[in-house]
Amino acid sequence: MVTVKFFAQVRELAGAEGVDAPLPHPATVGALREQLMSQSTSFEDALSGNVLMAHNQTLCNGDTEIAVGDEVAFFPPVTGG
Amino acid sequence: MFARVQHDDFSQQTLYDELCVNAVPQGAGAIVTFTGLVRDFNAKGGIQGIELEYYPGMTESALDTLLQQATSRFDIVEAGIIHRVGKLANHAQIVWVGTASQHREQAFLAATFIMDTLKQSVPIWKKEWQGNQASWVAAKADDSTAAMRWLQSDKDNTCDNA
Repeated sequence: MVTVKFFAQVRELAGAEGVDAPLPHPATVGALREQLMSQSTSFEDALSGNVLMAHNQTLCNGDTEIAVGDEVAFFPPVTGG
Repeated sequence: MFARVQHDDFSQQTLYDELCVNAVPQGAGAIVTFTGLVRDFNAKGGIQGIELEYYPGMTESALDTLLQQATSRFDIVEAGIIHRVGKLANHAQIVWVGTASQHREQAFLAATFIMDTLKQSVPIWKKEWQGNQASWVAAKADDSTAAMRWLQSDKDNTCDNA
């Protein structure tokens, strides 16, 4: 399984702080995102549009490869400072 | 160098003193500090405080990375960042950045770089309260432009070296 975390609007739209997901095929962050979006309409709403992705707590893109036990996070553009 | 995410308020004097511990023995002749406060308005009118969410673990390591980038990019001897999270009232302190260098220019540039880049790359999200409704703050194009300026100056430096 892969540990998925959601933050800010993405968390609120998804209706969950996170979820455990099976490793997608191909095993990439982009494929994981598509797999989650097909899971429910709330996940689809949460993950469509401008969403940033992190793999093991480092910003990444859809092509980034993932393995069992990894942590993947989805969140909106940041607004700190 | 130090970077912390915390709920509690901070004392500028205490942070200044903390910066000086390493900065002074390394020959600092200039210290620049920046403090960001909660504004009491947005484009739609008055607000009643904000709430900040973060990604425990990633936020701290992103701040550490930012300090390392600032140190390799500018001639500074010490730097620190404190970012608050949780519910904050209007006018409360949100963020503090301190930089120290032998001469003032590098400290000013490093502090600006840290703030510009923080707003683009550190996972922290702001929600504003208006009445009993809270709405997420949208990322600003201005902030992107400010961060892009640093990428552009990297490019310029590469051209100069070529």
